[in-house]
Amino acid sequence: MENKRIIENKKQFNLKQFFFQWEWMLVAVFIIVNIMNTSLSPYYLSFSGIMDASMTFLDKAFMVLPMVFIIILGDIDISIASITALSSVIMGVAYNMGLPMPLAILLALTVGAVCGFINGTLIVRFKELPAMIVTLSTMTIFRGIAYIILEDQAAGKFPEWYSYLGWGYVGPIPFMLIAFIVFAVLFGLLLHKTTFGRSVYGMGNNITACRYSGIKTDKIKVIVSTLMGVMAAVTALFLVSRTGSARPNIAIGYEMDVIAMVVLGGISTLGGKGRMLGAIISIFIIGLLRYGLGLINVPAQALMIIIGIILIIAVTIPNINLDKLTKKKVAA
Amino acid sequence: MRNISKFREAGLLAFIFILCIFIQFKNPSFLSLENINDLLTNTAILSILAVGMMMVLLTAGIDLSIGSTLALSGMTAALVVSNNPELSPIVAILIGVAVGTVCGLIVGFLVSILGVFPIIASLGMMNVFRGLTFMISGGKWVSAHQMSDSFKAIATSSVLGINTLIFIAIIIYIVFYYFISYTRTGRQIYAVGSNVASAKISGINTKKTLLLVYTLMGTLSGLAGVLWVSKFASAQGDTATGYELNVIAACVLGGVSVAGGYGKVSGLLVGALLLGILNNALPLINVSPFWQNAIQGVIILAAILMNALVKRHATKENLMRRKI
Repeated sequence: MENKRIIENKKQFNLKQFFFQWEWMLVAVFIIVNIMNTSLSPYYLSFSGIMDASMTFLDKAFMVLPMVFIIILGDIDISIASITALSSVIMGVAYNMGLPMPLAILLALTVGAVCGFINGTLIVRFKELPAMIVTLSTMTIFRGIAYIILEDQAAGKFPEWYSYLGWGYVGPIPFMLIAFIVFAVLFGLLLHKTTFGRSVYGMGNNITACRYSGIKTDKIKVIVSTLMGVMAAVTALFLVSRTGSARPNIAIGYEMDVIAMVVLGGISTLGGKGRMLGAIISIFIIGLLRYGLGLINVPAQALMIIIGIILIIAVTIPNINLDKLTKKKVAA
Repeated sequence: MRNISKFREAGLLAFIFILCIFIQFKNPSFLSLENINDLLTNTAILSILAVGMMMVLLTAGIDLSIGSTLALSGMTAALVVSNNPELSPIVAILIGVAVGTVCGLIVGFLVSILGVFPIIASLGMMNVFRGLTFMISGGKWVSAHQMSDSFKAIATSSVLGINTLIFIAIIIYIVFYYFISYTRTGRQIYAVGSNVASAKISGINTKKTLLLVYTLMGTLSGLAGVLWVSKFASAQGDTATGYELNVIAACVLGGVSVAGGYGKVSGLLVGALLLGILNNALPLINVSPFWQNAIQGVIILAAILMNALVKRHATKENLMRRKI
């Protein structure tokens, strides 16, 4: 007789569980933000306005995607803004020295990949050092190199077509938004539908168990870091296209914004938890909040306070033990 | 472990020594009394903050909000002083310290009571405090002519022949050296950082310890804020942006483990001093200011990698010995 046991792999669909997800809460916040913005300013709810606005905050969104991987791994990378600065500076200088623009762009992406690879290799080779510390020092080094190359100058005068990257439209939709959606889908598929993505989750939960079960953990970490570097360079491409010139001091503080977006998206800094969708929604929450409040002349500084408070409330809510609040104390 | 830490500090000291000789050779004015005074004054604020950060790192936490706390308390003190020129500088310092303490208390509350991860709690509060700094100042600077002379004198006067900033830093080091190394609460910080669970089981109130650590960090940031504003005679909304990373770098250079439970005040002093020397000496030997960032980064990276390698070697030796 055949004695086969079939392990049911599919989870039962549970309505309650489905609705008590972080992403739904984010969607609710997203809707609240939009309603608030619409009621505060009559100019908010226009398609072209929102499309224009999306171009102002999407540059750092490209870095959110790989940062999700890194934080799920339980690591953190604070050198990303410096990688952006370095690759943009090298691109600008190379172009001004006569390299054709497509090659300069390729060079920028390569620089990003190399920087990410260096980060990844250091983290893997020195496992006793927290990723935060490794990237803290490479952060200083990468931006330092950018300063050595360009000092206080700017590199620019890029060709006409290059500004299309940051300012161009395909029909009514900004090119940048389309590029972001393409990248977001790719990264989302990589995280949720491939073995690679599942390994990343596994490593975030228990890296030793993963290594013993034959996952090449070091290789995965280096690949993720390299991807991070490449996306930091992609951010550089769009950012420089928008500002028109490359300077060593661009993108300062982006790393904190990016980490804040990822964490708001429900991805735990302990690793192993969270989904790509949450991070993507939170990009738009913060971006549109900024745009909407900017329309009614709320100063940027007040926005910092609001975003800080939202971030803290968002991470505090899951910590509150609902059972403790709802259950009555049992008399001893 | 004791041997390694001694070796580390000796190594760093030797490095500082060689560095000093090299710089002195290049520019004889480096080891002049005047320049040393300058160097120490510039390092004082960094080293005050480093003490607080060390305690936070000892508990395996991190505080990214200190740059903003510093700015907020400095700005508050400066605004109060510019409105009441007759105010005694002691009161100004107390105001700054009070603001800083409240800021630290908030971060500590989030971390210890609500259980938010330190990096997230401090990241959020970093934004909040920075925003508040801009709000209370209305985006304007408080510049030198709006401050009373007695307030500016905090940083320029001297006590017992030493600059007040250095004097305050020395006092703080003595107090905290005693606190961290010889009091029960101080030792409990190490216990919480090494192993929270066992600390809790052995009866340490871990929540209280965490709260205390972040509050002290805030207090020291508040003090540093007033000193900063008095030293540079200007309070701006973006004062000390990103300074928290310098402070963390000083701690790491000084051998404080970011994973918690390991670090000493003496090591910290050496780390802060090395960063201070680098900042002070590179312009003296005509290194372009644009090179400073990269050089600093390379030295920090080299120091932490060396540290890791030395530790690895020591662990291996220990294991070998155990086999026999």
